[in-house]
Amino acid sequence: MAGRGRGHRTFSVEIVGIGKGENLPPSSIQPTPLFPPLDQKPVPLQAGEEAEYMLALKQEFRGAMKTLPFYIRPAAPKKDVERYSDKYQKIETSDWKPDWRRFPKELRVREKRPLRDKSPAVPKQTKQPRVNKEEIIRKLETLEQKEEEGSSDEEEGEKKKPEEQEAEGEEEYDEEEFEDETDYIMSYFDNGEEFGGDSDENIDEAVY
Amino acid sequence: MTTQEVRLCGLLLQEHFGNVVEKVGTHLIRSGVLTLRALAHETKLPLDLVKKSLCVLVQHGMCTFGAGRRGPAGPVEYRINCEHVFHMLRYPRYIYTAKSLYGDTGELIVEEILQRGHMTMSSTVKTVADRLTHNMPEGQSMDYSEVVSVFSQLVETHFLQRCPPLASAGSSSSGAVDTPLPVATQPTEPESHPDCYKLPYINLTGQGKRRRSSEDGEADQCCGDDDGIYWQVNFQRFHLHFRDQAIISAVSCKLDQSSSEIVRTMLRMSEVTTPAHAAFTQALSANEIFRALLSSYNIARPILDQYLSLLVDDPMEFVGKTGDSGGGMYVVNLHRALANLARATLESVVQERFGSRSARIFRLLLRKRHLEQKQVEDFAMIPAKEAKDMLYKLLSENLVQLQEIPKTPDYAPSRTFYLYTVNQLPTARLLLQHCYKTVGNLIERRLYETKENKRLLEKSQRIEAILASLQATGAEAAQLTEVEEMITVPERQQLESLRHHINKLDSSENQVDETIFLLKSYINSTQASL
Repeated sequence: MAGRGRGHRTFSVEIVGIGKGENLPPSSIQPTPLFPPLDQKPVPLQAGEEAEYMLALKQEFRGAMKTLPFYIRPAAPKKDVERYSDKYQKIETSDWKPDWRRFPKELRVREKRPLRDKSPAVPKQTKQPRVNKEEIIRKLETLEQKEEEGSSDEEEGEKKKPEEQEAEGEEEYDEEEFEDETDYIMSYFDNGEEFGGDSDENIDEAVY
Repeated sequence: MTTQEVRLCGLLLQEHFGNVVEKVGTHLIRSGVLTLRALAHETKLPLDLVKKSLCVLVQHGMCTFGAGRRGPAGPVEYRINCEHVFHMLRYPRYIYTAKSLYGDTGELIVEEILQRGHMTMSSTVKTVADRLTHNMPEGQSMDYSEVVSVFSQLVETHFLQRCPPLASAGSSSSGAVDTPLPVATQPTEPESHPDCYKLPYINLTGQGKRRRSSEDGEADQCCGDDDGIYWQVNFQRFHLHFRDQAIISAVSCKLDQSSSEIVRTMLRMSEVTTPAHAAFTQALSANEIFRALLSSYNIARPILDQYLSLLVDDPMEFVGKTGDSGGGMYVVNLHRALANLARATLESVVQERFGSRSARIFRLLLRKRHLEQKQVEDFAMIPAKEAKDMLYKLLSENLVQLQEIPKTPDYAPSRTFYLYTVNQLPTARLLLQHCYKTVGNLIERRLYETKENKRLLEKSQRIEAILASLQATGAEAAQLTEVEEMITVPERQQLESLRHHINKLDSSENQVDETIFLLKSYINSTQASL
C-alpha cells in the first residue's frame, strides 16, 4: 500500500472516522505495564461441591506424583560431611521396572558395577588388607588380634565386593593403627590405583 | 507449537515429573523429532537421566517412538505428543466424571491408571482393592470381584481401552532379534486394533489387603494371566462425554429442565451409533425418543412433540428436523452446537473485559459480518465518539479486523470502503492461546508463592509430623498445645492466606481448562469437516 506518486498519502484517517484536529489519545511509546489496571472486576470463581472436590483431587494428584518413581530428581550433590539429619531427610524412591517389550531396547539403563574395575587392583596390594565393618568393632578390643586376622580378611574382603568401597574409605585410617611399628604415615603413600579406573565406565559410547 | 504452548507443556511436565523430564520434554517439543544420541548431546544431560526421562514419557503415552528417517535399520526417533501433555490439566475432571458415573471404585481405577500411564488389569484391581480396604472400617475388606465388575463396565462403555500393541511385538520369538518398529510418522491408533475393548479372561479372586504399618514398599507386581495386556484411559471418550454435558447444560440454561432431559435421552441413544467426529447424531424418530424417555421425567407424548418443535425452532439450532417419518426424525447438530457454544464464550469474554456495550458491538459484527463505521454506530445505538473508542480498543486487541474494499483499482483512500468484521474461527484460536498463557501464568504464580513461603511450609509440616507422632504415642493435651504454639499467630495467619491463595490459583486453572476444552473442541470440529 505504499504511495506511488509524489507525496500522495494512501490512507487518510478521515475514512475511519477521526476528524481533523480531533483529540486523539496520546500514542504510547513504551510496552504496556505488567499488571494493567482492570476496568471491570473479574467474575468470581465457581464455588460449590464439584469445584471443591476437583480442587482437592488436583492437589492430591500433584502430591501423589511427587512420591511415585516417575518423578526424576537429578543426582543429589555429594555432601562434604555426613550429617545426622540426612537419615531423616532421605526421600524414598523405589525404581520401577517398565515392561521392556513395549520400550525400545536402547532405553534400557544397564546397571553398572563400579566396583568391577577396582577388583583387579586388589591382588596388587598385599600391604593394605581389606577389613570388614565387624573388624572395626573387634579392633577396639584388642590391637594384637587385628594383626593376625588382617591377613585372613584379605581373602574374605575380595569376595564381599559391596563393602569394598567403605573399606577403602576406612583403609587409610586403619593403616595408621596397623602399621604402628613404622614411622611412615601410610596415607601419604599414593600408589596410583585410582588412575585409569574410569576408563570402563561409559560402555554405551561407541568407540570409533 | 506456539511459545505459550511450549511453555505450558514445560510447566506441566515439571510439576508432575520433575526438572529433568521437563528439560528433555521441552527440548524434544522444540526440535520435533530426535534420536536418543542427539537429545542427550543437545540437552547436555547424562545419558542415563535422558533414558529414564524418555521411559517415563513413553510410559505415560506422551512420547511416541518409531523407526526414523533412515528406515528400520537406523536409530529410533522420538517425538512428543503435546495434546497428551495438555490432558494433564484435565485429570481431576476425568477422575471426577468416573466417580459420578461409577462411584468410588471407578474413581480409584481411573486415578491409578492416570498416575501410572498404563497398567494391567490384575495389578489395577489389586491396588484399588487394597486402597479401598484401607479406607474401610476394621474387619471389612473389598472383594476383587466388585472391582473387576466396575473395571469391565468402564471397558464396555469405552472409557478404558487397551494400549495398542507394537507392530511386531508378537512376531519375533527370541529376544535377541531386533524387532522392526512402526514408522514414526504413523502411530497405530488404538481403535484400529480389533481387541481394543476385549477384556482378558483371567481368574482374579481374593480380597484387598489392609496394609499394616510394619510393611514397607509397594505391593509386589506379580505376573497375572493377562501379562502384556495394558490398559490406558480413553481420553476421546471422556471428551465426547464432556461435550454432551456442555450441550445438555446449555439447553437447560436456555430453555428448561425437561428439554434438557429430552436432549440427554437423544444423546444417550446415539452414543454407540455416532462416530467420534460426526457433525450430527443419527436420526431418531419421535416414537423412539418417547420409548426411551425415562418414566421419571413424566413427559406425555403431545408434550414431547411440542418440546421437540420448540428445540428445532430455537435460534441456537441444537436440534434439527430431518424428516417426517415415525412422528418426525430429529438429530442433534453437534458441530453447530459446538460453534454456538464457542461463540457464546467469545461474547462473554468481550463482555467481561470491555463492558456490555462493546459486547453489543461485537455481537452485531458477528451477526452482520461486515459493517462500516457509521453503520456500527447506528445499529448499536451508541453515540459516535464512544463507539469509535470501543471499536479501536477491540481493534487493538485483535478481536475485530478491518477489511478494505476498493471501489477503484488504485486503492485510493477516499474511494475505498473500510469495513469492520469479526471472524469466529481465528478469534477462537486467539483466545485459546490467551488461555494457554493464562494457565502458564497461574502455575508460575503458584510456584512463586510456594517458593516464597517455603520455610514456613516446611516448619508447619514438621510440626504436623511431631503432633501426629505425639498423638500416636498418646501424649497429654498440655504437650500438644505446647507443640502447636510453636507456630506463632501471625505465622498461622500467613499460612492461612497462603493456603487460600494456592487454592484460588488451583481452582482458576480448573476453570480456565473448561474454556480450553470448549474452544479446542470447536476448532477440532471445524478441521474435521474440511
